Amino acid sequence: MAVRRLHPDQPASFALTAENLAWAEATIAKYPAGKQASAVIPILWRVQEQIGGWVTEPSLRVVADLLGMAYIRVYEIATFYTMFQLGPIGSKAHVQVCGTTPCMLRGSKDLIAVCKHRIAEDPFHLSDDGAFSWEEVECLGSCANAPMIEVGKDTYEDLTAAKLDELLDAFAAGRTPKPGSQTGRTASCPEGGPTTLTDAALYDGSRIGAWTKRLHLVASNDAPVSAASTPQPAPAPATAALAQPAAQPFVHPAALAAMANAGLVKDLEARGSKPMSSDELARMRDMNRFNGPLGYGAATAEPAPAKPALLSAPRGGKGDDLGLIWGVADKLAARMNELGVWHFDQIAAWAPAEVAWFENEMPGFKGRIVRDKWIEQCVKLASGWRPDGSVGERPKE
Amino acid sequence: MLADQDRIFTNLYGFQDASLKGAMSRGAWDGTKLLIEQGHDWIINEIKSSGLRGRGGAGFPTGLKWSFMPKADSRPSYLVINADESEPGSCKDREILRHDPHLLIEGALLASFAMRAHTCYVYVRGEYIREREAFQRAVDEAYAAKLIGKNNVHGWDFDLYVHHGAGAYICGEETALLESLEGKKGQPRLKPPFPANVGLYGAPTTINNVESIAVVPDILRRGATWFAQIGKPNNTGTKLFQISGHVEKPCVVEEEMGIPLRELIERHAGGVRGGWDNLLAVIPGGSSVPCVPAGQCQDLTMDFDALMKVKSGLGTAALIVMDKSTDIVRAIARISYFYKHESCGQCTPCREGTGWMWRVLERMAEGRAEKREIDLLFDVTKQVEGHTICALGDAAAWPVQGLIRHFRPEIEARIDSYHAAHREAAE
Repeated sequence: MAVRRLHPDQPASFALTAENLAWAEATIAKYPAGKQASAVIPILWRVQEQIGGWVTEPSLRVVADLLGMAYIRVYEIATFYTMFQLGPIGSKAHVQVCGTTPCMLRGSKDLIAVCKHRIAEDPFHLSDDGAFSWEEVECLGSCANAPMIEVGKDTYEDLTAAKLDELLDAFAAGRTPKPGSQTGRTASCPEGGPTTLTDAALYDGSRIGAWTKRLHLVASNDAPVSAASTPQPAPAPATAALAQPAAQPFVHPAALAAMANAGLVKDLEARGSKPMSSDELARMRDMNRFNGPLGYGAATAEPAPAKPALLSAPRGGKGDDLGLIWGVADKLAARMNELGVWHFDQIAAWAPAEVAWFENEMPGFKGRIVRDKWIEQCVKLASGWRPDGSVGERPKE
Repeated sequence: MLADQDRIFTNLYGFQDASLKGAMSRGAWDGTKLLIEQGHDWIINEIKSSGLRGRGGAGFPTGLKWSFMPKADSRPSYLVINADESEPGSCKDREILRHDPHLLIEGALLASFAMRAHTCYVYVRGEYIREREAFQRAVDEAYAAKLIGKNNVHGWDFDLYVHHGAGAYICGEETALLESLEGKKGQPRLKPPFPANVGLYGAPTTINNVESIAVVPDILRRGATWFAQIGKPNNTGTKLFQISGHVEKPCVVEEEMGIPLRELIERHAGGVRGGWDNLLAVIPGGSSVPCVPAGQCQDLTMDFDALMKVKSGLGTAALIVMDKSTDIVRAIARISYFYKHESCGQCTPCREGTGWMWRVLERMAEGRAEKREIDLLFDVTKQVEGHTICALGDAAAWPVQGLIRHFRPEIEARIDSYHAAHREAAE
């Protein structure tokens, strides 16, 4: 956390220019009525530009009044977001040196040494003539062009201490040097020319329109428009991608997930009583794993509950024996019937969001459907397979 | 290597015309209406089948995320695009914003249509000022050509607004981003409720990374099968890799998922400075993932699953290369400083822990520490990890864990030499 406080010396007042006020009104209009507080960062930014590089205490009050916010809320914004400067900066240039690891590896320490030597020993202090100030900032997102600085709106990349010296000379003389890479390369293209994007056919317009055949074919076959169930004449990638065994085309787990969500019931009906092959089941298991917690970094995405399709009465007057699901007994089966769940294929088609809905309906139930692999069990059951005993068969780990 | 014909970002370096006219000549906005005519669910299913996993770091399946949005709700739905690219090592969204902005705008329209949203906000990090201006120009062009806006040619009313932050890494966390977009400090929200239920202004919201959205139009045009055949199972498609640090030619490049690390470095970035044998370690996915020592890099591939197996991660595919001249303890200490600086201060383990870890690492970089403190430090990282509202605590803990796991002898040697030097001084 960065602890930041307002500058001790503050001017007496602040007023937005007419032009900036009009700009602020236009910005507020980007957000729904009553949500004008959303505009606080853009407007404060404009205020900072008007004042000449920092935000003053009276200006915070003006912005708060404009947006109908409490003063403290705008103070919080100004102190939380580190691009709002809370004190005066150099009149010619405020040098933001990126010091984070990718820049550090390529020599940002040398750039900081130049700033200390030429501007001031400490960050946020003005140089003797008031023209310059500097600070070390956290990653500016130009890592392939490290080390780099940002001055005003522009970035200066691929620097060395000597080049920074030259840049500061230029600013001191009142010029604005040419931004971007200082070694002459274009953006983040590898030095010496691109290793990719050299095929002229990318730029001759030959790509336009060619792909539409795919969709027209699908439409004229009158097949359901579903990626998972429709064989598509998609162009094979020109790359020799990591080869899949030819005999068994790879079906992506996500495709199976889509199938389960959209067309599985239909597929299962078409299949009749033919049980699923072990291969298909293995893929189904993959699908479950795919939909489950991904482990690394995915902890933030749990589905919001969504109501599954429910039936007021069993199809054909008779529901499936839900007790055949391992882990479900009479009481639970009756409760499921009450909610409108009568058939294995209904459960087999549940998406994670629908599982979440069902679990919400059953207090103390959370996690059981995944743990007991209901979806996998129901896919098997719906395909006509039956366990040996009447309580179902415990799914294998 | 990926063939040029399979690349999506054909103006990655800005050699071509980035304007609407130029983008259209490269195939952007080509038949967008035809894609929309296929329906909401068709788009979601195509994206699901393509196997596209979110490009912002966590790798959550994009199509699945979209399917969590309610189909009928009295509240408006929002798409929010996360262009708050701030993870050290990451610099890919920048190239999309300034050089291929129309792919992003078209993707935003298609994604919003799929999720039945009429409004999209793009949250660009504050430091990307020129990038934001370039993107705003493209948005204005799209409005003027009636490609987006009310009563546009695609028959789906759609407004896209460019918003920006002001220098807070934490706003890349999706709920912190929403708070910031609502005009508050960027402090993450507790989940549940998830944004798909209660997001921006309390309405259903999906937050996606720039790259995830910008690849959507090409996936829909060429087909999910095309995308799914590139890369490896469960790690499909193309990806923008960013190579920084000790390589001859740092760059951003689009390659297939699962490309071998060594091929990526040697083919596109001119190799490790001083040759492959001079490699010390890499950080494969941006500062928040643990480093991988050279010994494990030989046959490593760049995809979610392979990197997870070596206890690291793909993150944003921001590869930071370190050669043997690197002071690895200082390099990781600098990352710890970054997290200390960027912690929002809401949760105690993170607010206090990030500063504590940084201070200890700074001492260890000098050797001014005790060996038992290494275990203590590891223990503290475990107390931060998983005990905070958002993943910043984890992100701060993982690099330190990686350092201790792979470079413990280096830290110990440093402590020994410091103690030896100071014993002499004391005598």
